Amino acid sequence: MSDTEIRDLIAKAIDENETILFMKGSPDSPACGFSARTVAMLQQLETPFAAVDILPDPRIRQELSALSNWPTIPQLFHKGELIGGCDIVTEMYENGELGEALGAPAPSGPAAAPAGTGPEPAAPMSIENRLG
Amino acid sequence: MPSADEVKSRIEAGIPGATAEVQTPDEVHFDVTVRASAFEGLTRVKQHRLVMDIFSGELGGAIHALALKTEVPT
Repeated sequence: MSDTEIRDLIAKAIDENETILFMKGSPDSPACGFSARTVAMLQQLETPFAAVDILPDPRIRQELSALSNWPTIPQLFHKGELIGGCDIVTEMYENGELGEALGAPAPSGPAAAPAGTGPEPAAPMSIENRLG
Repeated sequence: MPSADEVKSRIEAGIPGATAEVQTPDEVHFDVTVRASAFEGLTRVKQHRLVMDIFSGELGGAIHALALKTEVPT
């Protein structure tokens, strides 16, 4: 697979998944503390998200960072926009902004939908890792 | 290896009106909090980029890791 094809697949994955996390390892078996913390916060919010492991091929990280202009992993995207890495996600989680930004039920968010009303499963889902 | 003071003054020179607090145990890992009215209305990603752009090319090298927090002055 060429670098351009990898970048196209990454762009497609970001486009097709409302919330998607690029991480080291998988949600069940994170391979880095920052990725693990980010997964834990998303699971705490019960927001469904797709996850892509960047480790199988170094070009995934290279092309992702070229696309997002963001140097570190993990990277969380929502509706095609980069929300941030572990630092930003942590800060937003702690001040309640994360749930709001992701459309998840937030304790202080007046516009948040109640839990369990959507058709989406509350448990995190994984997309097939086509980038490996 | 940049000192904490050097990182602080580069941030404050790079973002007009910014104040930075910088801590480093080893001059390779930096813990940075930046407060700037220039952040007003920007997403956190854009706020962080304003700071990280100052050190582009050095992150991962001379500056091994930069833990960043951005704030808009109230």
